[in-house]
Amino acid sequence: MKNTTKFTSALLCCSILLIFVMLLSLRFGADHIATATVWSALTNPHASGLDQQIIRSIRLPRVLGAALIGAALAGSGALMQGVTRNPLADSGLLGINAGAGLMLTLCLAFFPKLTTVQTTWWAVVGAAISACLIFCISTARNVQLNPSTLVLAGIAISTLFTALSEGLALVLQLKQDLAFWCFGGLGAVSWSQLKYLGPALIIGLVLTLLLSSQLNLAYLTDDNAKSLGKSLPLLRGLALGCVIILSGISVALVGTITFVGLMIPHMSRWIVGSDYRRSLPVTLLLGATLTVSADLIARLVNPPHETPFGIIISLIGVPCFIYLARKESTHA
Amino acid sequence: MNLIETQAVSIGYADKTIIDNLSINIPQGQITTLIGPSGSGKSTLIRALAHLLKPTTGVILLDQENIQAIKTKTLAKKMAVLPQTNQTANDLSVEELVSFGRLPYRRPLAGLTTTDHEKIEWALTQASLQALRHRTLSTLSGGQRQRAWIAMAIAQDTETIILDEPTTYLDLTHQLDVMLLVKRLNEQSHRTIIMALHDLNHAARFSDHLIAIKKGQVKAQGSVKDVMTAENLKAIFNINATLVDYQGTPLILTYDHYQEDQQS
Ligand SMILES: Nc1ncnc2c1ncn2[C@@H]1O[C@H](COP(=O)(O)OP(=O)(O)OP(=O)(O)O)[C@@H](O)[C@H]1O
Ligand SMILES: [Mg+2]
Repeated sequence: MKNTTKFTSALLCCSILLIFVMLLSLRFGADHIATATVWSALTNPHASGLDQQIIRSIRLPRVLGAALIGAALAGSGALMQGVTRNPLADSGLLGINAGAGLMLTLCLAFFPKLTTVQTTWWAVVGAAISACLIFCISTARNVQLNPSTLVLAGIAISTLFTALSEGLALVLQLKQDLAFWCFGGLGAVSWSQLKYLGPALIIGLVLTLLLSSQLNLAYLTDDNAKSLGKSLPLLRGLALGCVIILSGISVALVGTITFVGLMIPHMSRWIVGSDYRRSLPVTLLLGATLTVSADLIARLVNPPHETPFGIIISLIGVPCFIYLARKESTHA
Repeated sequence: MNLIETQAVSIGYADKTIIDNLSINIPQGQITTLIGPSGSGKSTLIRALAHLLKPTTGVILLDQENIQAIKTKTLAKKMAVLPQTNQTANDLSVEELVSFGRLPYRRPLAGLTTTDHEKIEWALTQASLQALRHRTLSTLSGGQRQRAWIAMAIAQDTETIILDEPTTYLDLTHQLDVMLLVKRLNEQSHRTIIMALHDLNHAARFSDHLIAIKKGQVKAQGSVKDVMTAENLKAIFNINATLVDYQGTPLILTYDHYQEDQQS
C-alpha cells in the first residue's frame, strides 16, 4: 500500500509544518517578545505581564483564527471544485464574497454604531443570503442542481452585489472603512469574535471531513451515482451548506481571499492524488499553514505596519493560478 | 420467467412524450438487446427501466414489484447500469472507479470489507484489467476506459446488468472482447443482461431476446429468429437487407436503402 504511506507521511509533515509556523507566529511580531515569555504565557495561567497579555489576547486568537480560516477557505474551495466539477471554482462562485461585502457596506452606511462582532455576524448573514439566492436560481428550472447554471448565476449575482456595494461606498464615501476588508487581514480577529465563530468553523470542518468519502462520487454523473444508490443532488446540497458555513464566516472575519480556496486543493491533489478521502485532510492542513505563514509575513515585512495580507497570498497565488490554468487548458 | 415487465408505460422529458403506451417483457437469465434507429428511444427506455427516469404513466415491474416502490439503495444491489455517456472521471484510477461498484453495500464511513476486495478483484479479472489497475482513466485508450466502466458495473455484483451501447467507439477486436465478456457474465455467472446495440449482427449473435423500437413504439419483440427478418428490418430501419443463416443465427450480409419502386 504505497499510497497509504504517502498519505500518512504527507499528513504528518503538514501537521508538523503547521504547528511550527503557528509557534513562529506567536514568537515573532511587531513587539519583540522573548521565547521564554511566550512559553510562560502559554503554560502558566498566572503569568500576567504586559507581554504575556499581548501573546494571550492578541497573538493567540490571531494565530488560531488564521489556522481555522485558512483550513475553512481551502476546504470550501475543494468542496466547490468537486461539486461544480470545475477545477477553477471557489466559494466566490457562490456569491459569498459579494454577499458579505454588500452586507458590510450596508452596516457601515446605515448602522455605523454596530460593534465589530455584530457587523461580522451580519456579514455572515449576507453571505448566506446571497449563496441561497444563487442556489435557488440554479435549481429553479430543473429539479436537479446544474453545475454550469450555478456558475452563471453565481457570476451574475456576485456582479450585481459588488456593483451595489461599490456604488454605495462611493456615494457615502466609505472606501476608507472598507479598504481593510477588500485586501483581507487578520488584524481584527479577536477572542470576542472567535468565541462563537470559532466553534462554528470547527463544526463546519468536521462536517467537511465526514463528506470526504462521498465527495468522490462527484466525479460521476447523476445517473451513475443514482444507479449506485447514491444521490448526487443531496450530496451537492450538503457540500454547499458546508461551504456557506466555512467561507461565509471566514470572509466575514477577514475579507476576500481568493487564492487559498483555489490553489490549495490542487496542491494537495498533486501531493496525495485525487481521492478526496486523502486530499481533503491535506487540503485543510495546507490551507491553515499557508494562511498562518502569510499572516506572519504580513506582520514582519514592514513592522509595525501591516502589509495587506490578501496581497501576500495573491503574490504567491497568481503564478500558481496561471500555471494551473495553462495546465488544465492543455489537458482539455 | 419475466424479470422485468412494463405495463402501458409512457416516458418523456418535460412535456415531450418519447415513449407512449409501451408494454415489453424482459426474460430472466437471458441477454435482451434493444435495437432501433438513433433517437428511437432506446436510452430513454433504459433509463426508465433503471429507475433513472420516472414514467409519466404505467408501471414497471421488477420481479413483480413496482420499481418506483423500491429504494434506490436496494435497487442498486439488484441492478447495475452503465449509461450511454459517462462522466470522464479522468483523475480516478481504474481500481478507484471499480471500487465505486461496491458503494451500495457499504455503510457510511466504513472501509472496504474482504468481500468488497474479492468482488473488485473478480471484476478486474473479468474485464482483464489487472495490469491497468493503478493507471488513471485519463491515460487509458477508449476501449480500456470502456472496460473499466463495465468492470465497475460488474463489481456491483447484481443479478441484472444494463449496458447502453457498450461497444460504441471501439474497434472490431475490442467490440468482440466486450461482447464475449457480456456472454460470459450471462452464461457463467447467470446474470440477466439488458443492452442497447447498433451492430445488428452482434445483437443477433449474442442475444437471446430482441426488442426492436422505432419512434418509441415496439415494432417487434421475441427470439432473434423472429425479429431479425427482412420484413422487420424494412419496417424498423427502412433498409432492404440480405440475410444469411450462419449456424442457425440470421446475419445481415449486405443491405441497401429501401425504395418503393424496387417492389414493382
Ligand atoms: N434529456 C433529454 N431531454 C429532452 N429530450 C431528450 C433527452 N434525451 C433524449 N431526448 C430525446 O428523446 C428521443 C429519444 O432519445 P434516446 O436517447 O432515447 O434515443 P436512442 O434510441 O438511445 O438513440 P441513440 O441510438 O442515438 O443513442 C430523441 O428524440 C431525443 O432527442
Ligand atoms: Mg442511446
